[in-house]
Amino acid sequence: MKNFGYAEASQPAQAIQLLGAQPNSQFIAGGTNLVDLIKYDVMQPDRVVDISRLPLTTIEKTATGLRIGALARNSDMAEHPLVKQHAPLLAEALLAGASPQLRNMATLGGNLMQRTRCYYFYDPSQPCNKRNPGSGCGALEGYNRIHAILGLDTGDLNKSCIATNPSDMNVALAALEAVVNVSGPAGERSIPIAEFHRLAGTTPQQDTNLKPDELILSVDIPTAKQAGKSHYLKVRDRASYAFALVSVAARLSVENGTIREARLALGGVAHKPWRMTAVEQTLVGKPATEATFRQAATTLLTGARGFAHNAFKVSLAQSAIVQALQEAAV
Amino acid sequence: MAQHEKYLIDGAGRRWFLKQSSALAGLVMLPPLATQAESVPTAMPDTTATTQPISLRINKKTYKLAVEPRETLLDLMRERLNLTGSKKGCDHGQCGACTVHIDGRRANACLTLAIMQQGRDITTIEGLGTPDKLHPLQAAFIEHDGFQCGFCTPGQLMSGAALLREGHAGSPDEIREWMSGNICRCGAYPGIVAAIQSVQKGGTTK
Repeated sequence: MKNFGYAEASQPAQAIQLLGAQPNSQFIAGGTNLVDLIKYDVMQPDRVVDISRLPLTTIEKTATGLRIGALARNSDMAEHPLVKQHAPLLAEALLAGASPQLRNMATLGGNLMQRTRCYYFYDPSQPCNKRNPGSGCGALEGYNRIHAILGLDTGDLNKSCIATNPSDMNVALAALEAVVNVSGPAGERSIPIAEFHRLAGTTPQQDTNLKPDELILSVDIPTAKQAGKSHYLKVRDRASYAFALVSVAARLSVENGTIREARLALGGVAHKPWRMTAVEQTLVGKPATEATFRQAATTLLTGARGFAHNAFKVSLAQSAIVQALQEAAV
Repeated sequence: MAQHEKYLIDGAGRRWFLKQSSALAGLVMLPPLATQAESVPTAMPDTTATTQPISLRINKKTYKLAVEPRETLLDLMRERLNLTGSKKGCDHGQCGACTVHIDGRRANACLTLAIMQQGRDITTIEGLGTPDKLHPLQAAFIEHDGFQCGFCTPGQLMSGAALLREGHAGSPDEIREWMSGNICRCGAYPGIVAAIQSVQKGGTTK
């Protein structure tokens, strides 16, 4: 492991200043992802800026919803009464992720920035456009069981990336239409979650649209317009403590058997949480039945492409969507 | 605070001294002796310039020492503080053998940078119980065959003790879910679940 420098920040402005003061610096909070990646020489910062003690841990009710500080830990969010009451989907997704130890360490901001778990990204001896732009994609002709089936680049895939975003939390935030508040040398701005993570395209080294000099301050979760029920369904290789092969964050408002509002986001299938608002719209006004859900599932997976080892994800995702929507409709 | 002792670590290995007076604290800042520096193989990177003095509180003892930012809490404890109870299984947060409590909450010491833990209260398996006075969960592990080879056991115990305190021992299913961050290659899971359940029922979950 390469050695690196260390600086501690006590305020957000100081953290941003410290990050900009030395090239190739990285923020560190929980460290559960970054320390791991540094050990594998996948990430090699020259300095880490410790933001773990910034006063950004508050979880509070606002006029329009819920605001969660970027340094709120996964376990604190999952157990917080406000989160359980106003965003049970988020709590459910958080508890489906990682282990109790890791949830005690990992933060909201770090989870948003979590890197892919693609084996080829993690192995510096392998080609990977995300880790080493221009080197190719090892997963394309390699073992690609955990890889993407949607949102793939339409050009030469060997110049792109077929990795998935590994976070459960991000899938729930996508369905909840969260907004990410960030700060940088140019000031503060708010990024809708749909625009926060990005598809790989020809620049897979970039996971998100957060600028390298920006710090995540908080996430806003707007209050849902209509009362409803939600469910996070995660399908994985073992009962607990594994990344999703496929996951579904679903929220439905159903009135007298008719769908009034629908939210649907998929995890484990694309470079970012996969959400199609057009499909959600087609659900509105329809009866909350299995036939309706199956139609939506089919439409959502139209255009999906399987590789040598992950073609099973297409039907798995469709079944998972139906089951998640059924749970949310009850 | 009879148990609260201070230790100085010279940074060159496992030589450590019980602190006699606060005046000694200045020693931490001194560079290694020239003779020691010459004995270091030339292949070793010179990282003396990047070490930083820190203070850590582990098992109610305070350690003052200089660390490299990259040193994990696990490596530091095992290699320099003679606290080898916490085990290095995977070193990547996947097995739980390194589980410790930081401010009362379980965490993976292998993914924790020591330099970030100043001012925190760290408890390791060495601070959970003693051979004379076992933690109730340690006694229950013996009673219920909660281990075979024992390598994962310190992590299982630290995780289990935290789980009991968190209130996640309501049923075998709940225990299994909340112990999922601790892997046992011997497959002692039935005994581990039984041990945790027995402490839960006994009401001794401190």
